[in-house]
Amino acid sequence: MYFLAEGAEHNPILPIWQEIVVGGIAFIVLCFVLMKFVFPRMEQTFQARVDAIEGGIKRAEAAQAEANKLLEQYRAQLAEARTDAAKIRDDARADAEGIRQDILAKAREESDRIIAAGKEQLSAERATIVRELRAEVGTLAVDLASKIVGESLADEARRKGTVDRFLSGLESAGAH
Amino acid sequence: MFGQANVLAQGAANFPPSVEDFYLPSILPWGAHNSYWFTKITFMVWLAVGILILFFLLSYRNPQLVPTKKQWFAESIYGFVRNNIAVDMIGHQGVRFAPYFTTLFCFVLLTNFFAIVPFFQISPNSHIAFPAFLALISYVLFNYVGIRHHGFVKYFKNSLIPPAPWYILPLLIPIEAFSTFLVRPFSLAVRLFANMFAGHMLLLVFTLGGFAMLNATGLLAPVSVLSWLMTVALTFLEFLVICLQAYVFTVLTASYVQGALAEEH
Repeated sequence: MYFLAEGAEHNPILPIWQEIVVGGIAFIVLCFVLMKFVFPRMEQTFQARVDAIEGGIKRAEAAQAEANKLLEQYRAQLAEARTDAAKIRDDARADAEGIRQDILAKAREESDRIIAAGKEQLSAERATIVRELRAEVGTLAVDLASKIVGESLADEARRKGTVDRFLSGLESAGAH
Repeated sequence: MFGQANVLAQGAANFPPSVEDFYLPSILPWGAHNSYWFTKITFMVWLAVGILILFFLLSYRNPQLVPTKKQWFAESIYGFVRNNIAVDMIGHQGVRFAPYFTTLFCFVLLTNFFAIVPFFQISPNSHIAFPAFLALISYVLFNYVGIRHHGFVKYFKNSLIPPAPWYILPLLIPIEAFSTFLVRPFSLAVRLFANMFAGHMLLLVFTLGGFAMLNATGLLAPVSVLSWLMTVALTFLEFLVICLQAYVFTVLTASYVQGALAEEH
């Protein structure tokens, strides 16, 4: 009995007041240092970290929003450009069609005009020729008949209009 | 200083171990038996305080947003107590108690841990003075917080009068008063003290028992070995108890503070 021989009896449930004092001082020193110099700084660091992360998220969100806005803008511009192009194409097509129609109409008109003029000229020449032929044929016929009969029938024929009537008959037969 | 080692070295192991094994001779003055100012126990308390202060000050000398390994370790200790004890138990306003809870947790954990560190091998918390002082702080803390939060009258009304039919109150009020204001600090202190006391006692029994059997007769040598193997196994168990008791002490303190802050029962 190494200890019991000289040590006083101890009751483990009764605190030793010197130990309370020492332990109390030591623990209070510990509390003071840690609670004043360490843990508040940890809270600050945590807060700074949260701020850094939240700031980063905010910046990323702003950048995202900016990018989305630009994208929308570009899309709108592209759509506008497409509409413009389509409109221009349609206009061009319409113009081309109009021009074609104009040219066609003009050409048709021109050809009609040329044809009409030709016809008119032809009929005029025909009438002239008919008129000349009629006079000549009458004269030739009368001359031929006079030679056959032996006397001049010119006055008689002119008086009675025989040649004209004959020619009219010929003409109407030729027309049919 | 290492009285226990001396005892073993001299082969004068007293078996069975007694309460007196917890009261080692003082260091200054050397060998005195009724001087408690500077003993192995108080030395370990100062050592724990020194280690904790040095560790936290050094690892938090220059805090970075992206922590170094040491800083991360210090932060995770604080973060553990802050988030898993203070905020979990008390809620958002628990953050302001987190520094104290962390200090308490670290102090109890480290002083408990001396119980299984070679050459220390006894926890200061196996002397009731230290748990008692910590329990006293917890007691003052939760009462102070409660009175500050609710006012004196409302706090005691909240604490003493549970929501129960009036005719049962005469029975309940004394029970509440007894459990809240008398038993709490006592149980807090005794729980920690008794665990560390019993742990040390168990280790002593198996260690010294091995020597006792070996000294008695060589035939018991195999049993001695078994006894020492038990010591090793019990050291692991002791490690569990060390962590658990530090945690429990902190959680219970947090729970008392939460109870004091609660609006109603």
